[in-house]
Amino acid sequence: MSKKVVRINEATIRFAGDSGDGMQLTGTRFTEATAIVGNDLKTIPNYPSEIRAPTGTLAGVSAFQLMFGSSRVFTPGDLPDTLVAMNPAALKVHLRDLKKGGTILANSNAFTAKNLKMAGWEGDPLTDGTLDSYTVYSMEMSKLVGKALEDSDLTSKGIERTKNMFALGVLFWMYNRPLEPTEEWLKKKFAKIPGLAEANITAIRTGFNYGETTEIFSTSYLVEKADLPKGNYRNITGNVAVAYGLVTAAEKAGKELFLGSYPITPASEILHTLSGLRNFGVKTFQAEDEIAGISSAIGASYAGDLAVTTTSGPGMALKTEAIGLAIITELPLVIVNVQRGGPSTGMPTKMEQSDLFQAILGRNSDAPIPVIAAQDPADCFMCAFEAARIAMKYMTPVILLTDGYLGQGSGPWLIPDPDSLPEIKPHHPDSSAASEEGFMPYSRDENEARPWALPGTPGLEHRIGGLEKENITGMVSQDPDNHEVMTAIRAKKVANITAEIPPMEIFGEKKGKVLVLGWGSTHGSIHVAVERAQKAGKSVSQAHLRWVNPFPSDLKEVCDSFDEIIVPEVNSGQLALLLKAELIRPIHQLNKVRGEPFRASEIEDKINEVHG
Amino acid sequence: MSETIEGIEELNLTRKDFVPGNEVRWCPGCGDYAILAQMQKTLPVMGVKKEDYAFISGIGCSSRFPYYMDTYGFHSIHGRAPAIASGVKLANPDLTVWVITGDGDGFSIGGNHMIHVLRRNIDMNIMLFNNRIYGLTKGQYSPTSFLGKKTKSSPFGSIDRPFNPSAIALGANATFICRTLDVDAKGMQESIKRAQRHKGASFIEVYQNCVIFNDGEFEDVENKATRPDNALFVVHGEPMVFGKDRDKGIIMENHHPKVVQLGDEYKEADLLVHDETNPIITNLLLEMTFDTNNPTPFGVLRAVEDVTYDEMLIEQIEQVTEIKGVGTLHDLFFSGDVWEVK
Repeated sequence: MSKKVVRINEATIRFAGDSGDGMQLTGTRFTEATAIVGNDLKTIPNYPSEIRAPTGTLAGVSAFQLMFGSSRVFTPGDLPDTLVAMNPAALKVHLRDLKKGGTILANSNAFTAKNLKMAGWEGDPLTDGTLDSYTVYSMEMSKLVGKALEDSDLTSKGIERTKNMFALGVLFWMYNRPLEPTEEWLKKKFAKIPGLAEANITAIRTGFNYGETTEIFSTSYLVEKADLPKGNYRNITGNVAVAYGLVTAAEKAGKELFLGSYPITPASEILHTLSGLRNFGVKTFQAEDEIAGISSAIGASYAGDLAVTTTSGPGMALKTEAIGLAIITELPLVIVNVQRGGPSTGMPTKMEQSDLFQAILGRNSDAPIPVIAAQDPADCFMCAFEAARIAMKYMTPVILLTDGYLGQGSGPWLIPDPDSLPEIKPHHPDSSAASEEGFMPYSRDENEARPWALPGTPGLEHRIGGLEKENITGMVSQDPDNHEVMTAIRAKKVANITAEIPPMEIFGEKKGKVLVLGWGSTHGSIHVAVERAQKAGKSVSQAHLRWVNPFPSDLKEVCDSFDEIIVPEVNSGQLALLLKAELIRPIHQLNKVRGEPFRASEIEDKINEVHG
Repeated sequence: MSETIEGIEELNLTRKDFVPGNEVRWCPGCGDYAILAQMQKTLPVMGVKKEDYAFISGIGCSSRFPYYMDTYGFHSIHGRAPAIASGVKLANPDLTVWVITGDGDGFSIGGNHMIHVLRRNIDMNIMLFNNRIYGLTKGQYSPTSFLGKKTKSSPFGSIDRPFNPSAIALGANATFICRTLDVDAKGMQESIKRAQRHKGASFIEVYQNCVIFNDGEFEDVENKATRPDNALFVVHGEPMVFGKDRDKGIIMENHHPKVVQLGDEYKEADLLVHDETNPIITNLLLEMTFDTNNPTPFGVLRAVEDVTYDEMLIEQIEQVTEIKGVGTLHDLFFSGDVWEVK
């Protein structure tokens, strides 16, 4: 029987199963195979905050979604075309998102009476007509891998565990992906456990052959290579990209990298990645708490390392006082906040952009700090690099905002040539900097930056601290005039960074009816929505802020060129409020606080409403 | 003639080198002056260059200390000095790092950092000014104030059970614990020297008199007339003898320390012998601290060698680098599955 191959431009797949079913791994392997084929793609995981919620429950469902295509892909897709449901709970949670007429791949062996009841199904949706408007491939995955591996040394539980690889094999067949990269990866991963790699490879091939030979599948899909800019690519998550950006900045500055951090979801992967880079001279310090994380980093900065602390919202709250210390002592420091839903513990594994006020405003007193926000997983690399460069050049802490969507989501990264990145030249004065009157630790360069004098330098002994210091001399001072001078200098230092911000990029006409202005991880959804609206003939453009403090110098000019401004944010309107104050004009807000990113369609609807 | 340590380069430093020009602003009569003087007097003979010292403090009267030392210094935020000092030492292991803290800074708001820096055994020296009161905020009880203490925030007497900082240090597995007195110049110098030479986190508890809010708290051991009968100065390997006439000693009875009169019944040979390396002895001395039937122990209560976090970090970096080679950005960027778009 010859099967049909249909060419499609893009596809969105969601893998859903119990937390123990290995859905993140399955999704990641499909992603790697897809990247190697040359498609553009974006991914997003979606997992519960419990490590292993009770098996079979709705709370225990873990999912991973990716969109891939033969042209540029800006988001992990709105609604999936294909849903892999490893149990009834996964189907229950994710069915509502599946496109009408979409495809479901289900492990029918998991649809037992007990599991169905636990997931809240009255009957068996695979057989009772519930799914009539979808294409359903109900497969006895557990049984099929059991048969295929009956001669293996694995326990029955171990064999059952390979069912995710069976599902992966079926998908590899459906979407014409190569098996080799996953097989090679399995061999490496399980090199020390005999039999395990082979069993998983058998499961994949069983799934692939099942698609190829059984009659239930009649069609497979081909997504051609995307036309990406030339160069070497790899798939990268935002958290890994942040880690790499920091290592790169340290290398470019001739510095050792110090990370003081406390584990927190969804930021921990930055700590994990950097702790594996000892041979890059990276010093990771898993501190006793969030406060010690930033405090140790401030100490390391004082002593001359490129110092970093990484966290998420609740950790930022704890670090607040120490951020003020870094501001008043004017020490370089990179503070990474991988935002999550809040307040308090909130929704640790869900994304949100609601720490913008906290980043820009959330400290006692006038305590300005530069804030940069990454717009996609790969962009986290350059944003981390820039944050470090600016911190050292202007002698200031810098906050880098990403979020769980960027940090744990992934996309292809065009690997840069290290030589093409700017050098960073931190200025450490030597003994000659001490005059007759002694060393002046708060003297200023043309950017108002003070010298980064390192302990160990003879003749430059000086004291810094959280008490207000006299400008130039650095002596403790409670003088009112001096406090005004220092407050103004701290503000000016941040304002000076405007000179580093390139002109805003406009997607679309530079003048028109509607501008959709965003920041951070909404970039992809906005882009897709604006592109669709443009194709529908609407006068709409996109601009996106990378630096949110300070704003780019041409912000007003750009905004003045449009009649209406829409600001979509995954919060209750934080940038919108700042913009109202900055631009003194009305803003159309589009806000979503559901712990998930925008769908392009939601933004498109808002464009249509405002544009008319 | 100044004392020098064998095998260490003569740096020709004097006390003056460590005195900056600014005015010291502690209250007249404060115990802190004596501590500062002994620090400035002792450091010149330690064989460490002045620029290689970093004094880190938090908030409180004691934490002004770095401003009065002409070295590198960082007066930081309340309670966080051990964490900041950890970063300083790990960034530049060549520095000699001192943390100056108080009973509120180090054991109330900063208690967590204190136990963890001691546990990690990062090579630094931590000096606790214990005056059993909050001075800078003008006289509230502290976590080391005794029950019943009447202060501004406990007008009917404190109902807050105190703890013994040196016992916490032991509980945190500190490798060096010593106790001294602000007025004991010799004991202070000896403590500073031993602590700085010790590899790892050294903890010095200083009984320090707050002349304004808690004057006389340590009168029994500060007063030269009563000190010999109330203080036990322990020396490694020597029997525990004290008293004006050195006629009293400590024995172990029913697993508890007990004071005995030396003479016909008890000889020196019957007494407990101090052993800095034995945690049972250290525990016993710490138990005596609040026991009015026993003298208060001073001196090096514990000193053991153990691995330090800072050395292990350097070693691990060297080991991994030897196995994997010096990391390059190219290797890092190409460490995943890479594909080329032509």
